Amino acid sequence: MTDTPSQPLPTQNRKTVFQQLELDTRLLGMVGAFVILAFGFDLITDGRFLTPRNIFNLTIQTVSVAIMACGMVFVIVTRHIDLSVGALLATASAIMAMTQTEILPNMLGLGLNNPLTAPITIVVGIAAGTLIGAFHGWLIGYLTIPAFIVTLGGLLVWRNVGWFLTNGQTIGPLDSNFIIFGGTNGTVGPTWSWILGGLAVAAAIAGLWNARRSKASHGFPVKPIWAEMTMSAIITSAILGFIWTLNSYEIPIGRLRREFAARGEEMPEGFTAVYGLPISVLVLIAVAIGMTILARRTRLGRYIFATGGNPDAAELSGINTRMLTVKVFALMGALTALSAVVASARLANHTNDIGTLDELRVIAAAVIGGTALAGGIGTIHGAILGALIMQSLQSGMAMVGVDAPYQNIVVGSVLVLAVWIDIFYRKRTGGL
Amino acid sequence: MKFLKRIAATLFAVMFATTAFAQGITVGVSWSNFQEERWATDEAAIVAALDAAGATYISADAQSSSAKQLSDIESLIAQGVDALIILAQDAQAIGPAVQAAADEGIPVIAYDRLIEDDRAFYLTFDNVEVGRMQARAVLAAAPTGRYVMIKGSPTDPNADFLRGGQQEIIQAAIDAGDIEIVGEAYTDGWLPANAQRNMEQILTATDNGVDAVIASNDGTAGGVVAALTAQGMEGIPVSGQDGDHAALNRVASGTQTVSVWKDARDLGRAAAEIAVALAGGAMMADVEGAQDWTSPGGTTMTSMFLAPVPITAENLSLVVDAGWIELEALCQGVSNGPAPCN
Repeated sequence: MTDTPSQPLPTQNRKTVFQQLELDTRLLGMVGAFVILAFGFDLITDGRFLTPRNIFNLTIQTVSVAIMACGMVFVIVTRHIDLSVGALLATASAIMAMTQTEILPNMLGLGLNNPLTAPITIVVGIAAGTLIGAFHGWLIGYLTIPAFIVTLGGLLVWRNVGWFLTNGQTIGPLDSNFIIFGGTNGTVGPTWSWILGGLAVAAAIAGLWNARRSKASHGFPVKPIWAEMTMSAIITSAILGFIWTLNSYEIPIGRLRREFAARGEEMPEGFTAVYGLPISVLVLIAVAIGMTILARRTRLGRYIFATGGNPDAAELSGINTRMLTVKVFALMGALTALSAVVASARLANHTNDIGTLDELRVIAAAVIGGTALAGGIGTIHGAILGALIMQSLQSGMAMVGVDAPYQNIVVGSVLVLAVWIDIFYRKRTGGL
Repeated sequence: MKFLKRIAATLFAVMFATTAFAQGITVGVSWSNFQEERWATDEAAIVAALDAAGATYISADAQSSSAKQLSDIESLIAQGVDALIILAQDAQAIGPAVQAAADEGIPVIAYDRLIEDDRAFYLTFDNVEVGRMQARAVLAAAPTGRYVMIKGSPTDPNADFLRGGQQEIIQAAIDAGDIEIVGEAYTDGWLPANAQRNMEQILTATDNGVDAVIASNDGTAGGVVAALTAQGMEGIPVSGQDGDHAALNRVASGTQTVSVWKDARDLGRAAAEIAVALAGGAMMADVEGAQDWTSPGGTTMTSMFLAPVPITAENLSLVVDAGWIELEALCQGVSNGPAPCN
């Protein structure tokens, strides 16, 4: 037994409060940009942008792109690209629409709005998405066709397979249990929102302290106690603030009346209710947590980042990079199908144009969120924040009344600017 | 008496809304795709009418995406609009947006394109009437003979509305044996090139035995006239619609009989006035000219259909007087034509 004497680790001279807090300055910069953006729009729109209602709208508008952006991070990290996600979303949505409106109710005789319809539909959709994604991955990994070409072809193929499946018709209305994934049609209510928020706070704080204990037990330097406390306070107030905001958006009176009327009751005078957390947002949070754990805590995640950092070295060290490509694209396909659930449920219909140009939004979200096209670098929370920034820009400009061509000019410029700032920052800080 | 009372009540409601309460009313317009040139005309008319009523105009452009249109409308509602005018990208997928507006008690006007929802007020031109007008004008010019029907895009429900209207007019002449339909074709995507190819095919198949063509719009009429000109047959009766500048020029030069003109400015003005009235609390059924109408999907909707104007050689001056087309553009290459090109 070699009793390694605990080597004093090189201690850095800590100067600023920010360094003591060990905050990711890149992330901080993005949050800062987002906050400036939000307050800027709020100012221009006379305080309409930061109302609970608009924040509620923004979160449900972001979900579909954000879910796909999580998968796109892995694709880009492994030095690939996926241009077919918008088209694949349309195909997955078409398959699910046919499954729940034609195949299950009519051909299998389950009837309309059977409780089994929604789960079966989602399983079928995600299976289809995973298969198509895996097929892309096989073409790229094993047949070594460049991802750009495979998914460019996929863009044309899947957009039109979706068209072919539905004859270009709008399919709807979708199953009543299926559309709870769409946003306003499925929310958990204020009580559950608070409970979930409380659980999230508890989990986050437990995570922080566990990490601290584990670091300390291995002899790593830890942050001062006040820094941990501050972090806990920030996280707590962020989570609870978000819940509070969503819980203060009251359901419009007309909708309440309709719901009461549907149950054959009279609405009491002065009755109010609130939406709380949308189920689609919960899906996104679950995806984000799952993908973050996958990236940081599993072998697959480490292989993905290792391969992205240096594919040759990864292959020489025994990683099956071909199979890895198949897995990464299969995951992308599965998330795209999940995103198709949210997108079509939100419209309560499958439309032929669903997901058009989403591939660009998804790639932009991942890239604005700090995923490097050179590979090896990228975070899930960054990509989600990137998606949120993109959606805020679009919704904000629509709210201010910016003309359509200018909107896209601004979004395009922001994308390029964000990447330039990122490169500049990495050079300055000596990062990769 | 009852009827008069109702008209008085309607007028009162509309006037009350437009004059007294229009101040502070905001009308939101959700366009499906502003990239198409035509909507700029509509927008100008809506803005002018809203200005006149003292209401504010805000808008959003969905850029051909039904998903973005839903977000746009949520944003317009969040900005506190009192009425919505929606040019729907998708007649069905707009449902959740109409739902959201209804929940807030905001009236919705389905502008020019159908929204399958009885809470929306459907405002458009009468497409069946357009078809009737086309057939009427051609039938007047060629009461007997061999007819060709050039229809619109097979995916556009309007194409069949038009065809239905045309059939109503010529049915009697067909039954009497005066008219024989020797060719009939849909035009994929309303493309003039497809209309031209179909017309060439029909001319070949009938050995140029064609006396009149009922084409469903000016684009397809252009293709038809090109095919006829290649055979030296230009000048036989041809119909169209939209008041395209090229088509009006053809009417002036005599190669096209009629272009049914749907003045987008009438539609825009009507939409703005109805929006202000509904925002002021008027009921949909009380709007002057409103009627119940059953959509192809089986929804009973409150609707209003504006009457289009058939433009022929007799009333060409109308489009110039309305400022729709310049005199030079209308009469280009026409000498000794009908008024005002003489």
